Formats: sequence, C-alpha cells, structure tokens
Amino acid sequence: MDGFGSDFSAGASGGKMDPGTIMEQVKVQIAVANAQELLQRMTDKCFKKCIGKPGSTLDNSEQKCIAMCMDRYMDAWNTVSRTYNSRLQKERAHM
Amino acid sequence: MDGQAATADPQLQHFIEIESQKQRFQQLVHQMTEVCWEKCMDKPGPKLDSRTETCFVNCVERFIDTSQFILNRLEQTQRSRGAFSETMSD
Repeated sequence: MDGFGSDFSAGASGGKMDPGTIMEQVKVQIAVANAQELLQRMTDKCFKKCIGKPGSTLDNSEQKCIAMCMDRYMDAWNTVSRTYNSRLQKERAHM
Repeated sequence: MDGQAATADPQLQHFIEIESQKQRFQQLVHQMTEVCWEKCMDKPGPKLDSRTETCFVNCVERFIDTSQFILNRLEQTQRSRGAFSETMSD
C-alpha cells in the first residue's frame, strides 16, 4: 500500500480506475510525447544548421549557434501554432 | 459503472474526441514548423526578424491552401472521370 501502488489499487468498484485519473494520466503522456517530438525535430534542424564537419568536441561557436537555433525554433513553432489556429477559426466562421 | 467498456462511457468518449482533435492540431504544427523552417530560415539569429516571421505565416497559409486544393481537385477528378475511384476499388 505504498504511494505508487495506491494509485493503481482496486477501488470499491472492483479494479477500475476512475475516469478522472485515467484522463489526467493520458494528458500527461500526450504532453510528454509532444515534448519529445519537438525536441527530436529541433535537434535535427539545429544539428543541420550549426554543425559543419563534426569535430572532436562541440566548440563555443557551435554551442552558441545551437542555443540561438533552439530559441528561433521555438519562435517558429509558436508562430506556426498561432497562424494555424487563426486560420482554423477563420475556416470555422465561414461554415 | 462496472464492466462497461471505455467507449460506452460518454465522459471518456468526449475526452477521447477532444484529445484526438488536439493531437491532430499538434501534429500539423510539428509538420508545418519543420517544412517551413526549411523554406524560411537561413541562419538562426538573436531573434526572429519580421521578414522571416512573415515567411512562416505565409508558409502555413499556403500549406493549408495546398492541402485544400489537392482535396478539391481529387474530388472533382473522381466525380467527372471516375477513373481514380476505379483504380482505388479492388
């Protein structure tokens, strides 16, 4: 009956977790998956932009480039998200 | 509430619909960001300048236009010739 186990312990209803808990857990898993996707694509793009011929270490200029690239990628992602959202609203308004 | 499948629960059903919709949105944002980055980003600078930002905005709009164009034209082609639907149905 430890803290971790008690989340999954059978309730009076005979083993079913309440829907609220399921929904919260699913939301968390979805958020994690989205973060991973973002990180994966960001890493890919910034590696391409910032690393020329791979050396034996990540030098200072490469690190600075990657840092800037990360911020710009987030800016881009937010811009795309905003624009797409506006477009969807516009489309819905015309239905 | 015992023995019911998740899909019989209207609360969960609704939740699944909403979350699926949110995910479709997120996936497209990921995809468009990637595609538009290739088209619009030269060298990452200290901020997103207005020309680059405009490029991203245009890119998203044109991407959606392209998607709609393709769907519409496909629909037209299917209706008039029916050739496409023949190759699809077997």
